[in-house]
Amino acid sequence: MAAVMSDHAHGDHHGPTGLMRWITTTNHKDIGTMYLVFSFIMFLSGGVMALTIRAELFQPGLQVVQPEFFNQLTTMHGLVMVFGAIMPAFVGFANWQIPLMIGACDMAFARMNNWSFWLLPPAATLLIGSFFVPGGATAAGWTLYAPLSVQMGMGMDMAIFAIHIMGVSSIMGAINIVVTILNMRAPGMTMMKMPLFCWTWLITAYLLIAVMPVLAGAVTMVLTDRHFGTSFFSAAGGGDPVMYQHIFWFFGHPEVYIMILPAFGIISQIIPTFARKPLFGYASMVYATASIAILSFSVWAHHMFTTGMPAVGQLFFMYATMLIAVPTGVKVFNWVATMWRGSMTFETPMLFAVGFIFVFTMGGFTGLICAIAPIDIQVQDTYYVVAHFHYVLVAGSLFALFAGAYYWLPKWTGHMPDERIGKLHFWCSIVFFNITFFPMHFLGLAGMPRRIPDYALQFADFNMLASIGAFGFGLSQLIFLAAVVKCVRGGEKAAARAWEGAEGLEWTVPSPAPHHTFEEAPVVK
Amino acid sequence: MTASGRIAAENRRLLVRLAVAAVVMFGFGFLLVPFYEKICEVTGINNLLKPDTAVNTQIDLTRTVTIQFDGNIHDLPWQFRPLQTQISVHPGELATVAYEVSNTRSEPVTGQAVPSYGPQLAGQYFRKLECFCFARQTLAAGEKRTMPVAFVVDPGLPEDVKVITLSYTFFEIAGRRLAGDGAGGRS
Repeated sequence: MAAVMSDHAHGDHHGPTGLMRWITTTNHKDIGTMYLVFSFIMFLSGGVMALTIRAELFQPGLQVVQPEFFNQLTTMHGLVMVFGAIMPAFVGFANWQIPLMIGACDMAFARMNNWSFWLLPPAATLLIGSFFVPGGATAAGWTLYAPLSVQMGMGMDMAIFAIHIMGVSSIMGAINIVVTILNMRAPGMTMMKMPLFCWTWLITAYLLIAVMPVLAGAVTMVLTDRHFGTSFFSAAGGGDPVMYQHIFWFFGHPEVYIMILPAFGIISQIIPTFARKPLFGYASMVYATASIAILSFSVWAHHMFTTGMPAVGQLFFMYATMLIAVPTGVKVFNWVATMWRGSMTFETPMLFAVGFIFVFTMGGFTGLICAIAPIDIQVQDTYYVVAHFHYVLVAGSLFALFAGAYYWLPKWTGHMPDERIGKLHFWCSIVFFNITFFPMHFLGLAGMPRRIPDYALQFADFNMLASIGAFGFGLSQLIFLAAVVKCVRGGEKAAARAWEGAEGLEWTVPSPAPHHTFEEAPVVK
Repeated sequence: MTASGRIAAENRRLLVRLAVAAVVMFGFGFLLVPFYEKICEVTGINNLLKPDTAVNTQIDLTRTVTIQFDGNIHDLPWQFRPLQTQISVHPGELATVAYEVSNTRSEPVTGQAVPSYGPQLAGQYFRKLECFCFARQTLAAGEKRTMPVAFVVDPGLPEDVKVITLSYTFFEIAGRRLAGDGAGGRS
């Protein structure tokens, strides 16, 4: 962070310096940077947990960790990656880019923006700190299913409070983004002229406002079941553990789209730049994003096909889920059509974007397979599901984040990222990613259950392969760190329009973007 | 400046609306609880606490089904057992069995029995007309009680099901003991 600070020192920044500058800042660029640094630290923490899991699964039998700790690791890996890494990273992009893209001088509520960020470090401390309390961290799985979550030790309470705090932070961030986009656009920037990244974030922010409170409600019910004698989920007191799953997934499925829609937005910025063509089917992209968001509220029970739902319910949720493939297919088609006959070059952001389309689509197809109720009942809770959601979350959300980071680094730092390091990072990531997660499809089809520290001997070879891939993938992320540090420190000077084919207001301000931009709103024709 | 003042006021108005929406959605999460219970009640998915009605009283004398009984307690200072481990009935025939339960603690304890069936499929053909599981049971200190279950196996039971296991588990009603020892997070 020191390097970033010195980099900003020449801007016309006034006020406290040193640490207080970061604690008191209300500048959207500073806050965006803090979000990104925070999410990268959480990404590395969650990654260390994942590697411990893969080390244990390298061979059958128990070698590295005890089963109790293994369960804590799988749970915390999920919570940290979802709430600590992916979601704050997208909010960081929103903070940096949305005001620049719509020609606003800052976010609508700068002080609240500071609060949204500074709630996160205490929440993360609470979450990670739960490893060190008696009984350890929560081990109920990241979904925190009752009745297990009603029984755990105080680590569970810490996780619940951490989720409350992170939920409040997300909701404040989402409100800020909606107000900024609706009220602060430059003259002439109509809704249908907005860059697609702003559109996807606007829709995501509405999803956040709608479902984060529902998650807060669900974990509050777990908390009162644990301590205040209520019986929302306890069968003995007239409650129902299956109801927890309904409430959780009412949040959980829109949450999946909260983590992927901004990724769609980033990809929709990058592909046109490097294909040197406007985005194909802009309006259909907007409508597809909105349809995905609306449909996401009617598919939650496809996570629950094995809970003894009536066949009519299974059929409804199965067809509704398959319907989501239509707008998603529209998006993939539009990206490919944008590239069609474009003058393409493959700089690092474009490599990650094309890699995203290829690997994310594979994850989309396995999702379609999981949507089919009779198949899902076979693969429920196996490594097939683990493979599916890592294809869409790692190769989807995370690759899009990398693509976006390389794409906007010139604007953030004033230097072009080193292409050789970036390309090395891309090829290592995509190769090791597939070595890690592709064998998991076979493991799942052969019946290996997820979240178990030991496995039968016939699964040994694929698990060893997956573990080797995982360590390769984990170490590859240090290349990203090196690329970013090198780019912050120096490198080829970036022009205002850092990429030849880039369009949009953010490329009209100098690189690095000065501390204050668009104090006079630009006029968009 | 009036223009920026107008935008600030506009922003605040939208902020309040969105914040209200968030609070409403928090309430909606809790509203899902009665909504869920209503759906279960209307569709009859989860009627553990109501007697069934025997729709067809025709006794199918051509086949016999063996019913096995089982009783478990979960984290409760009770002794709980069926007085007969198995009986044979014809589908459609009314049968009554009894379970015995005793409280070994020196204070009253309230519990709730939850039934389950093996095979699971048999559950929907097993009609309990009377059962101690329809209500919470409070046992005084050291009290011993014999409790009946009256049931009919529906003649629609698939031919290949020859044995049905009826298993009850007694749970202590949550909250009664938690207040006493002050530690909610028991594992």
